[in-house]
Amino acid sequence: MSVPVLELRGVSKYYGEREVLGGIDLTVEQGCAVALIGSSGSGKSTLLRCVDLLEEIDDGDIYLDGEVITDPGTDPVPIRRRLGLVFQAYNLFPHKSVIENVVLGAVRAQRLPRAEAIAAGHELLARFGLAGRERDYPDRLSGGQQQRVAIVRALMTKPRALLLDEVTSALDPELVGEVLDIISELKGDGMTMLIATHEMGFAREFADEVCHLDGGLIVERGAPERIFSEPAHPSTRRFLARVLRSERA
Amino acid sequence: MLGAVATALVLSPGWHVIRTTFFSWHYFQVILPSLIDAFWLDVRLFLIVEVVVLALGLAIALVRTLTAPVLYPVRLVATAYVDLLRGIPLLILLYLIGFGVPALGFSFLPTDYAVLGGVALALSYSAYVSEVFRAGIESVHPSQPAAALALGLTRTQALRHVVLPQAVRRVTPPLLNDFIGLTKDVALISVLGPQEIVRVAQISSDYTFNYSQLVAAAIVYLVVTLPLIRVVDLMRSRGLRRQNALVLM
Repeated sequence: MSVPVLELRGVSKYYGEREVLGGIDLTVEQGCAVALIGSSGSGKSTLLRCVDLLEEIDDGDIYLDGEVITDPGTDPVPIRRRLGLVFQAYNLFPHKSVIENVVLGAVRAQRLPRAEAIAAGHELLARFGLAGRERDYPDRLSGGQQQRVAIVRALMTKPRALLLDEVTSALDPELVGEVLDIISELKGDGMTMLIATHEMGFAREFADEVCHLDGGLIVERGAPERIFSEPAHPSTRRFLARVLRSERA
Repeated sequence: MLGAVATALVLSPGWHVIRTTFFSWHYFQVILPSLIDAFWLDVRLFLIVEVVVLALGLAIALVRTLTAPVLYPVRLVATAYVDLLRGIPLLILLYLIGFGVPALGFSFLPTDYAVLGGVALALSYSAYVSEVFRAGIESVHPSQPAAALALGLTRTQALRHVVLPQAVRRVTPPLLNDFIGLTKDVALISVLGPQEIVRVAQISSDYTFNYSQLVAAAIVYLVVTLPLIRVVDLMRSRGLRRQNALVLM
């Protein structure tokens, strides 16, 4: 079996005394999508931020393509260049136009020639339905468009894996679809993804594995069909009953 | 308002004295050319000090926002600098530097009073301006540098391309406000003796027992500062409109 793109072994994280991640083991194989579900505060976002080395972990190891990336003294910058992170609140740069947002990482971090980066940016933007918006500033775009720009921005650096942190949570319901369509398209392209999500329907349809986080632990994991139809752990049953009820409402 | 003040002036019991000692057309005409000549020194000094203040203020602000524990002594020095210089009246600082530095007797130190006055102004104003910059830097939400780091930018690149442009934009009106203050405080170096506009007006006043020369100096100042004040106001209202437009979206 090939080396997994991402692997977490016993990853723990504390904020002061409080344990946010309590020993997470997780593997994401090439081309697979792993969905992290769980209530707010269960540690999903922290987990993604730890993988992108925006937070330091207190125990355990994280591997990218079989190579440990969490040793003390490891320079996080080249590691982050191999990963793409998309945030819940898009975090576009408001003082830069769409195309400038998209090419910043390619030009500054990857040292791609500017003209080349702009050409690639135009192509990606067009592919995701954003042609003609290159010169606009983020505040002129809808939430769905902003999030699509953020996804394009993350894709520009050709990441080994895409980390998606509740990318639809800040969107109006009618805009969620346009963002999820992109993610399923990327899945079709074979992009490796670790997805924190509140969209149960999406997790069920696109994830290869679903992990339920509760209190910083993965309390249950498995194929989506099984997790959603016959959750074994009481806390997963409670969580699913709660969200599915509110989704129907 | 202005009309009311003028009317009160003209109707005041002492108006005939005021008119001859403060608004003598004769002295206006006689002094104006030498005032404009002397004002050139204020303008040059202002321009040079402004550039130094911007650079020094930004440097101090950057040092104070560094978080690495090893840099604690540097931060401490920067903090002490800002606290001390904001706590000393500018007039005292002018005397201390203007008369203290030449008294040291080092041949490599400047002895020109205009230069020494400029140094005192730069020290005092850079402390204030560094606080303005720091407020701007801290007003940029941490999610912005996080997004830049996630793209693989280094901390310095994130600061340079993402944090600082937004910070500077936000603090431009208060910065310009400080510079209106500086245009006028440049005149304080007259206490050290350089023949700048206030000094020239004052010497002439002392000889003629008439204050019209000081009123003339005030008018010369207003010709420069009033347009500047209008520009700052305009920028501020534009900034506010833009912010409100963002909130409404």
